[in-house]
Amino acid sequence: MASGQPDGKPRVDRRLARETRAARPHFLIGALLGVASAALTVAQAVLLARVIAAVAMGHATLADERAALVALGAVLALRALVAGAFELSGRLAAARVLTELRRRLVQRLLVDRPGLEREERTGELVAAAVQGVDGLETYFAGYLPSLILALAVPVAVLAWVTPIDPLVALIFALTIPVLIAFMILIGVGAQSRTRARWQALTLLSSHFLDVVRGLETLRAHRRERAQVQIIDSVGERYRVETMGTLRLAFISSLVLELCAMLGTALAAATIGVQLTGGDLSLDAGLTVLFLAPELYGPLRAVGQQFHATADGLAAAGRLFSVLDQTDPVAAAGPLAGGAPSPAPLPPRHTPDPRDEPLRFERVRFTYPGSDRPALQEITLTLAPGEFVAVIGPSGAGKSTLAALALGLVHPDSGRVSCGGVDLCAVSPEAWRDRLAWVPQRTKLFADTLGANIALAVPRATAAEIRTAAVRAGLEELIASLPAGLQTRIGDGGRRLSAGEGQRVALARAFLTDASLVVLDEPTANLDPATAGVIGDGIERLAGERTVLLITHDARLAARAQRTVRLRDGAVLAPKPQTVVAV
Amino acid sequence: MSAFSAGIGATSTSRRRRALALWRVARLRQGEGRRLALTVILGWATVISGVGLLTASGYLISRAAQRPLFITLMVTVTTVRAFGLSRAVFRYLERLASHDLALRVLARLRTGFYAALAPLGAAALEERRRGDLLARFVADVDSLQDLYLRALAPPLVALLVILTTAGAAAVMLPTAGLALAACLVVMALLVPALASAAAAGAGRRQAPARARLADELLEALEGSVELALAGRAQERADRIDQSSRRLIHLGLRDALVGAGATTLQALGGGVAVMAVLIVAIPAVHTGALSAVLLAAIVLLTLGALEGLAPLPLAARRLSASAQAASRLADISSLEPAVSDPPAPRLLPAGAALALSLEHVSVRFSDGTQALDDVSLTLEPGARVALTGPSGAGKTTLAELLVRFTDPQAGTVRLGGIDLRELALDEVRASVVLIAQDAHVFTTSVRENLLLARREASEAELWAALRAVALDEHVRSLPAGLDELVGEDGGLLSGGQRQRLTVARALVSDAPFIVLDEPTSQLDGPIAAELIGRVAHAAGDRGLLVITHRRAEVAAFDTVYELRNGRLTPATRAP
Repeated sequence: MASGQPDGKPRVDRRLARETRAARPHFLIGALLGVASAALTVAQAVLLARVIAAVAMGHATLADERAALVALGAVLALRALVAGAFELSGRLAAARVLTELRRRLVQRLLVDRPGLEREERTGELVAAAVQGVDGLETYFAGYLPSLILALAVPVAVLAWVTPIDPLVALIFALTIPVLIAFMILIGVGAQSRTRARWQALTLLSSHFLDVVRGLETLRAHRRERAQVQIIDSVGERYRVETMGTLRLAFISSLVLELCAMLGTALAAATIGVQLTGGDLSLDAGLTVLFLAPELYGPLRAVGQQFHATADGLAAAGRLFSVLDQTDPVAAAGPLAGGAPSPAPLPPRHTPDPRDEPLRFERVRFTYPGSDRPALQEITLTLAPGEFVAVIGPSGAGKSTLAALALGLVHPDSGRVSCGGVDLCAVSPEAWRDRLAWVPQRTKLFADTLGANIALAVPRATAAEIRTAAVRAGLEELIASLPAGLQTRIGDGGRRLSAGEGQRVALARAFLTDASLVVLDEPTANLDPATAGVIGDGIERLAGERTVLLITHDARLAARAQRTVRLRDGAVLAPKPQTVVAV
Repeated sequence: MSAFSAGIGATSTSRRRRALALWRVARLRQGEGRRLALTVILGWATVISGVGLLTASGYLISRAAQRPLFITLMVTVTTVRAFGLSRAVFRYLERLASHDLALRVLARLRTGFYAALAPLGAAALEERRRGDLLARFVADVDSLQDLYLRALAPPLVALLVILTTAGAAAVMLPTAGLALAACLVVMALLVPALASAAAAGAGRRQAPARARLADELLEALEGSVELALAGRAQERADRIDQSSRRLIHLGLRDALVGAGATTLQALGGGVAVMAVLIVAIPAVHTGALSAVLLAAIVLLTLGALEGLAPLPLAARRLSASAQAASRLADISSLEPAVSDPPAPRLLPAGAALALSLEHVSVRFSDGTQALDDVSLTLEPGARVALTGPSGAGKTTLAELLVRFTDPQAGTVRLGGIDLRELALDEVRASVVLIAQDAHVFTTSVRENLLLARREASEAELWAALRAVALDEHVRSLPAGLDELVGEDGGLLSGGQRQRLTVARALVSDAPFIVLDEPTSQLDGPIAAELIGRVAHAAGDRGLLVITHRRAEVAAFDTVYELRNGRLTPATRAP
């Protein structure tokens, strides 16, 4: 029986089953309710058969059968209540599992490995974490409970029927494996034929999405009207192809259905033969007949529930690809798993770039899934208080250098160290406490301007925030705002321009006592005048901190004390002819 | 726009609006009525075969218990088998018929709603959430394909099943038929109503909670590095967990109602069985019902309940479909920002025309001034550049030139004719706009270029690719021009993607080319080189380039600067 599940996608399926650990008691209650439901099914058949047989053969009256009828009513009512409770227990269990799944996903994306998902994929990730996780409810609240019933009910039915009518029990016992075999076949079909249908539907849907997304472009090229015809013909073509595959795919369900129906018909005929021969009482014969559809029902329900989980399983694949990906930070660092595990971490002090140099030594890094190293054999030193600019064309690995300095990723080989301590051996939280970051496009949170500046120092006083804001060149903006620092910005609030956003990032850096400031293309989206203002702010920052500036803006880089050129993941020889050994 | 503002608090009108929207979608088109009828009849035949199998089996066993010669039962045995076979076959045919119908309906819905959206353009949708709205539009259209299959066919099948089974029971025993009909009708109305109330409540309460969770998560993901460096990631993750719990908690309230509906459905079944028994048992004594039919009539009742099983789901589907249909109706009832004039004028043939803005002013929907009394002329063969900080209204100016939008004051003229007096196709055949975020379609390089002009020759495509320095890359691809570029050009780099969209301008034969930030994905020197190549390839066509990098248009005839909606001739870049 255990192997008799229609495993369409065994891998994801098994992975999902592991998630049930979060709600083990709930699933246990569900299983008990399933067993109760199976017992009540048998009780209903027995009582119903007894009453009918007594009336039909023994000419019993309503009054004679009062006790049995009351019992039958009670069983019917109880069965209804158990059915409701069973459904509810499934939903409760699912709620627990989904809460836990989403919590772990968010924990991973925000806390364990921030910034590792590529920017353009955030929308897709949000969809997977919100609708995708919700979509898994059909799996935990529908499919898994249906498995419980598919196990409990046939066992109960066979246990009851075997002593009364071994012949029919044999028919049942023989048809069940055939049924299960065809369900597996359908499951396998889900991987080949039926999946082909899903692919066709998805393809069709993405073609439509593609056209709708590109509507403005189509309009610009006067092609929007022609698309009506194309959508229509693409739809028709897929309909014809899909119906072709469906005609075949549905045959396995046809056989399954035939098997269940003919099982019932065969049982009825067999009971009839035994009755005419006097080998069986009407009471027993009717019990067995009532149980026949109950036997096959839950098995067929499994198949239906499984089909309903198709969307959820697709989302699950996406979720697990995030959850199960080896974590580049945790894998290399001592804080594997995200749980605070202080044991392997010696009580070593966290080095401070204010006093000690930050060194990249023969650092090599390749992004997971990429075949080209982003950085190869980088060697670079930042002395305390130094202002270094790293320049180079896009794709040269500049941003990777920033991610390494921030401790967001660790090198595949070589090491990044501060004061001789490998960053892999330092707690990421403690290290990040020493850093400030100014990205290409600063994220402003839906909060007040003041709270945005005080992101890393929530306890900063208003005066401190104002000082930092003024040093970052935000004085004019604050004066122009009705509520000054209390003005709400971000989504739903006042929208700041790109230049103002970058100044907020600088103000954040000014407010912290970070000793190392990493700037990643801070002026890439700005016009030259605004870029100049930001450059002034960066120079002020550099006066008191170590600064690593990543840019392809030569004018901005010229403000640094030293410039390093990067191309194709390697440091180029500095303009003066000396060759740097790598 | 009025459709959007309607409906807060006006629940009865919004319900009527939803029903109306659903009706428009559900109204059967040519050939669909026949297919729906076929689906319903096959669905009915499936259920009735199941009922027949059980009823005949009940009769067979009761009759057999009287121990007649088995040979006399052969007809019944054969009937039982026939019902078993026919149920499976009908089910197979029903699934084929219903899927065929769903696919046909889907194709009809797609073309219909697309045709409604096409003249509007994405500009009609609220800018900030445009991507979401378009994705939802597609999802809504897709969700309606199941309308007949899962929402409309089951009630029709249930109705037929109630009529048939109650009728059959009435033939055996009129009072039993009545009892069965009463129970089935009450169940068919009550249980789905409860289920759909639960679903509607779920939609109403959960949708805002879900949207909020998505917003919080999106914000946190976009700023995940900022949060991590500020030491605020854990706090944020906990807050999102709270929202997630709230959403799931809301779902549980509806789960309770759903479980109630399940209980009620089972309870209703129980009541039906008891009612039939209580009516039938005395009838066996009075002789009104033959004893051999007692088991049959009980099994008939159990079988009939199967026909009602899909109703709760159908009710939920119906309410979800109504919501989807009404959202789509909101979009398709929007007025297009621009439309063809009733009697379009024709451009003078053969003459070299000029494209000009005359004292044009435009306000954004939030009231801020996008363009303020702007005048500008683009002559054939001219090279004009427009610079300025982001948000200064540069894109609005570009959209005016191809009449994606109309000015609130002033006039845009082509060859002296107001664009509003020309057919939209004529305007866009004369002026081609390559937007900054121009879409790259999930197809081949070739198809992406032919978009601009279907009849362009192979040589012309290569010339355009050469002009944007993409020819070498395309030649290196295994399938060359026929290489697929991936979803939204995902197999190309950002810069290649942008070059491809610019190449479309050169493939088109429009006498004016407008490029909006064509080099935002390229580095400085490469960007300048691309602009130079395009300016050369454009020949005697008028070219307007919008950019925030002054250096790359240094060689242009005229460089304007747009700042706070006002246009000033820029001083030559040093």
